Amino acid sequence: MTKQTELYARHVERDARMVEYAGYWLPVQYPTGPKEEHLRVRQAAGLFDIDHMGQVRVSGPDALAFLQRIMTADVSRFRVGRANYSPMCYADGTVVDDTFIYRLPDSYFVAINASNNAKDTRWMKAHHGGLDVTIENVSEETYMLALQGPLSEQILQPICAADLTAMKYHSAVQTTVADVPTFVGRTGYTGEDGFELYFPAEEAVKIWDRLLEIGEPQGLIPCGLAARDSLRLEACMPLYGQEISASRTPLEAGLGWAVALHKEGFIGREALLKAQLEGPTEHLIAFVMADRGVPRHEYAVASDGEVIGEVTSGIYAPTLDAFVGMAYVPADYAEPETEIDILIRDKPRRAKVVKKPFYVPAYRR
Amino acid sequence: MAVKVHPDCRYTKSHEWVRMEGEHAYAGITDYAQTQLSDIVYVELPEPGDSFSQGEIYAVVESVKAASDCYLPVAGEIVEINEELEDTPDLVNQDCYGEGWFVRILVEDPDEVEDLMDAEEYRQFAEEAEEEGAH
Repeated sequence: MTKQTELYARHVERDARMVEYAGYWLPVQYPTGPKEEHLRVRQAAGLFDIDHMGQVRVSGPDALAFLQRIMTADVSRFRVGRANYSPMCYADGTVVDDTFIYRLPDSYFVAINASNNAKDTRWMKAHHGGLDVTIENVSEETYMLALQGPLSEQILQPICAADLTAMKYHSAVQTTVADVPTFVGRTGYTGEDGFELYFPAEEAVKIWDRLLEIGEPQGLIPCGLAARDSLRLEACMPLYGQEISASRTPLEAGLGWAVALHKEGFIGREALLKAQLEGPTEHLIAFVMADRGVPRHEYAVASDGEVIGEVTSGIYAPTLDAFVGMAYVPADYAEPETEIDILIRDKPRRAKVVKKPFYVPAYRR
Repeated sequence: MAVKVHPDCRYTKSHEWVRMEGEHAYAGITDYAQTQLSDIVYVELPEPGDSFSQGEIYAVVESVKAASDCYLPVAGEIVEINEELEDTPDLVNQDCYGEGWFVRILVEDPDEVEDLMDAEEYRQFAEEAEEEGAH
């Protein structure tokens, strides 16, 4: 049965279009429309209900040893108060999920994808053999909101006890928001500055309302999943099930920087070492359409009439005012400026490989 | 939300409109359709000179979330396409019965137009569809 989030009534009051996603009813867009929602995040700020996202708390004396075993990144290098990205792989080097790991003073907090919540938890519990570790899925009691965009700091600051100006990108702090104990990460999935808030689920309405009360006069609007998808794609952030999956390695996906091959004994290491030695046969590339048309998930990529790859995601990109996408193609076609065709309704439409990302995240500039 | 209709148009169950002007007809998608699709980012139109039978797919509308087929409300030959849509597909969102028209058709059989729903019939039909969509 599809779950309603604590904010379901709020979304319906605003005439949001609700869709089923990962077992939840979530707003795909508000009457504002996905294009305006997208642009507003780039220019002002947007608020996203992402309660569907999963969270797992890992604690106990062997918490680090456990994460070193299941994560590809070197978790021993993660500092307290920082958010770090890491894929989690199968023995064959393909991806179980990609995660954000927050190191807390006494435990680790792992943010995982909504669609993989149950699978990840089973996977973790199946691989803690011999270690003194507690693995707790806390998704039910944890609410997650994302406040994204250049005005996020000034909107959040009046109701947040922590000094946000002191927070660097990818840092995190335990504080309060609207007097509610909240874990705040300066993180996001849009390519903009912003915050992700984790707090007790029963407080969702209170925090949502307060943020909009402060933010709406400054241009903040609620945003849906459609804008979330186009924002992350402009920033070339991977989505599980599209760019990464149980049939792709992080190396092919260009996530080699999050794979610590020197680290011994992590699941998938041997396969990834081999893949690294051989060199990935396919690369995840970004492309911009030269002809018009929307490239979409699973459309074929062709060259000289021959199919050479597949589109993972494609959109009309509002910030660029262009049709763009990502695709897997053989290494020979991965260089920027390479001309490729995307088969849109069986007709070849011209496109060109470009350097990633389409939109350089604001916090990196 | 109220479904907007144009009094001079005839309508199909797949939410296209057609409006006769002499022996030609203009066609496009209805307000209900553009609202459902939301932000339209591309419209793939046929070439002038192409002929279609009634109900045949003649265009594709790309919104943020999906590509949707459009069916020609009446049989005929395409004599003109709305080239403005190439650069400004959102005209369909802004003014679907006016500036956001798709094609002008040389109609084979004007009786086909008469058999379609009139504005009032269509309004009722679309409001029922909307009602169902809300549940």
